[in-house]
Amino acid sequence: MPELRKARIATASLAGCFGCHMAILDIDERLIGLMGLVEFDRSPVNDIKKFTKRCDIGIIEGGCCNEENVHVLQDFRRNCDVLIALGQCAIMGGLPAMRNAVMHSENPLLECLEEAYISGRFIRNTTHQIPNDPALPLVLDKVYPLSEVVKIDYNIPGCAPTGDVIYSTLASLLAGKFRGFERELIKFD
Amino acid sequence: MDVQTSQAPETVEAAPPPKAEILEICAEYGNDRHRMMDILHTVQNRYRWIAPETMEAIAEATDLSRIQVEGVASFYSFFSLKPKGRVTIRLCDDIIDRFHGLDAVVAEFERALGIKMGQTSRDGAFSLEFTPCIGMSDQAPAAMINDVVITKLTREKARDVANALRAGETPEKIAVPGFSPSSAHERANRMVNSNIRHAGEVLLGPVPQNAGLTKAVSITPTQIITTMEESGLRGCGGAGFVTGRKWRFAAGGEAERRFVICNADEGEPGTFKDRVLLTERPHLLIEGMTVAARAVGAREGIIYLRGEYEYLRPLLEEVLDERRAAGLLGTEIMGVRNFHFDIRIQLGAGAYVCGEEGALISSCEGLPGEPKTRPPFPVQRGYLGYPTVVNNVETFCHAARILDKGAKWFFDMGKEGSHGTKLFSVSGDCLNPGIYELPYGHSIWELLSIVGGEDAAAVQVGGPSGTMIGRDSFSRKLTFDDLATGGAIIIFNGSRNILEIVEYYMSFFVHESCGYCTPCRVGNVFLQKAIAKFRKGLANPEDIEYLRDLSSTIIETSRCGLGITSPNPVLTTLKSFPLIYSTMTKPTKDGIRDTFDIQAAIDGARKIAKRRSYIFDKDFSQ
Ligand SMILES: Cc1cc2nc3c(=O)[nH]c(=O)nc-3n(C[C@H](O)[C@H](O)[C@H](O)COP(=O)(O)O)c2cc1C
Ligand code: SF4
Ligand code: FES
Repeated sequence: MPELRKARIATASLAGCFGCHMAILDIDERLIGLMGLVEFDRSPVNDIKKFTKRCDIGIIEGGCCNEENVHVLQDFRRNCDVLIALGQCAIMGGLPAMRNAVMHSENPLLECLEEAYISGRFIRNTTHQIPNDPALPLVLDKVYPLSEVVKIDYNIPGCAPTGDVIYSTLASLLAGKFRGFERELIKFD
Repeated sequence: MDVQTSQAPETVEAAPPPKAEILEICAEYGNDRHRMMDILHTVQNRYRWIAPETMEAIAEATDLSRIQVEGVASFYSFFSLKPKGRVTIRLCDDIIDRFHGLDAVVAEFERALGIKMGQTSRDGAFSLEFTPCIGMSDQAPAAMINDVVITKLTREKARDVANALRAGETPEKIAVPGFSPSSAHERANRMVNSNIRHAGEVLLGPVPQNAGLTKAVSITPTQIITTMEESGLRGCGGAGFVTGRKWRFAAGGEAERRFVICNADEGEPGTFKDRVLLTERPHLLIEGMTVAARAVGAREGIIYLRGEYEYLRPLLEEVLDERRAAGLLGTEIMGVRNFHFDIRIQLGAGAYVCGEEGALISSCEGLPGEPKTRPPFPVQRGYLGYPTVVNNVETFCHAARILDKGAKWFFDMGKEGSHGTKLFSVSGDCLNPGIYELPYGHSIWELLSIVGGEDAAAVQVGGPSGTMIGRDSFSRKLTFDDLATGGAIIIFNGSRNILEIVEYYMSFFVHESCGYCTPCRVGNVFLQKAIAKFRKGLANPEDIEYLRDLSSTIIETSRCGLGITSPNPVLTTLKSFPLIYSTMTKPTKDGIRDTFDIQAAIDGARKIAKRRSYIFDKDFSQ
């Protein structure tokens, strides 16, 4: 029997705090066994910025707050068989989505940017401008959860998810045995 | 003269009413915080709004905090925290009205009054609003003008009404034109048609006066309850709880006070049978409440009348006065020592959830209309914490008749488990919409042939919280065990868009959720959005499963019947018309969602940044 090839994994952090990526490290020593089964393609952990091959699993942290997030996410969807939303920001928008609550305004986006860069009480912004470098991606009208932009196969809940739930989900997916989460792993109260 | 519409502001400047007058109103109600609904109604009617200063004055008088008063004032849609017009026109925007020419009526009112829906005219004369079903579905489109009702609106009628109002005519004169009516009953009848199409043996046929009450005073309270149990009578408000058992629970145990409350909130869209009983059989209703009072030992009663039926209040007050004068209410009723009972009317203020008995009790107590956690049930701890019987209008009417004619007479009508007759409020696409009193057990086919609706494509049984069925299920029967209903039968012919109906019903639940449970408050918004997606043809096949999943979460985790039944429009149409949903789906291309519109999402930023997108603007060249 030919040896099975290693599963290819890609990851990205969109509108998140990188905490969910750090949470992957909470897998601790089990990481060593896991690394025997997988190799990383596009990911911030190895700084590969473009897909080199089609991947088996894509893992995304954070929701979509700007056009670049959308672009990356669509790229992941096209290049990964299974796409996983990791953590609350990816699943629901999370903390960044607080700006979605500004809605009773003529121009909610402008109001947010002005408060963040100009009028906020604790702002020290010597330029008194909203940053507008051409290299900056355009901001979306609101923060979108991943599943509103592309089809997501699995959501791993938590803020951040525990090492245990990340490990058990990946291990069972790789073994082709994922049957949903154990209640104990996603019970938060 | 045509009025300029674009200048109408949304709100009108107004000074808050003088504090002394507000304190006077509070004093009229004994500064009693439990009478908050009455205080707010009086203020709203007199000054057309509840100003911040007014809420402070009320709080002071009733020894509450301002925020508690605001909690009540902001909960009910008939109370307004901004100045409303001296005449407020509320158009029923139910799906039936939409299917019967609402658009033209709206356009005409907007044109003639120079304001848009949701606005108040600058001179403070008029406000225009939408409101859910006001209980006139058999004569749609209908509207309230302040506290009176007009029905069967057309473009022409809307124009005449608007012109008359602008010429200074009173709403009363418009709703009841011509010579002034000789009685409150005639006034109600000239305003709204009772449309009794079929009178049955129990309620709408000839009814002798007070025969049931006479019987009730001749037997013991326990015997009254036993008679109720033997009759097989079940509640007519929707849930179908056995009435005799409810009364037995309420009569048991020690209690200083007990209450009998009549649920005349009738908020389920498409239901209007209680309105007809209140108009045509008010004595029978109060007789039934008096019988219940004797059975459980209550001395105080309340009729919770929905705000939309305020026009019936004078009629009911008149009947209450007549009965007091005749010794049928008050102390020593019918000369029986220790049999004292009197009734007050509590007016609601436009909240469907107040039909739920816990919310109804909250509202009577002067609180926001939020359901209570059960247990304890109202029969244990109800109004002000005392044992309380809450029954529907029709249930009380049946009870009075059962005492007169005997349990067996009633039990022998209808079917096993569903005894007696039931009032059906029939509306929608049929020849003869109106009220039908029929024994339980008819099939939908039979009912359709009686009302002239044989070409129906779908029938909504029990209103939005009930069941929608298609032609293949019309042999199902109207009983508690098969198709249970509080009375609404809404008929749709083959030209109606089922998904449009479902989307409207979901918007109704979104509007009426009290907001206490997140799954009901938020989940119904998601359901409504999902249906909108289906209607646009943007749904994926997986979305059908999503509808089911989300529905079951809402059902499992909601506190009251509103949340528990709110996914029914979706679930029952998925079951009865699965193809309507599946034809509207298509799989995603590469898993990219068609519903996400990147151009719309970046448009705002493009304008703020004054540049185009490097990624998504294809013709970008630099
Ligand atoms: C959201 C909601 C609305 C309701 N609306 C009404 C109503 O308008 N009239 C009514 O009699 N019962 C209504 N009910 C049912 C009442 O809670 C209660 O069961 C009924 O008044 C009991 O009277 P019955 O046993 O005579 O039917 C409603 C229930 C829910 C959950
Ligand atoms: S289910 Fe809905 S209406 Fe009922 S208590 Fe909860 S939020 Fe309020
Ligand atoms: S009054 Fe319009 S549908 Fe009920």
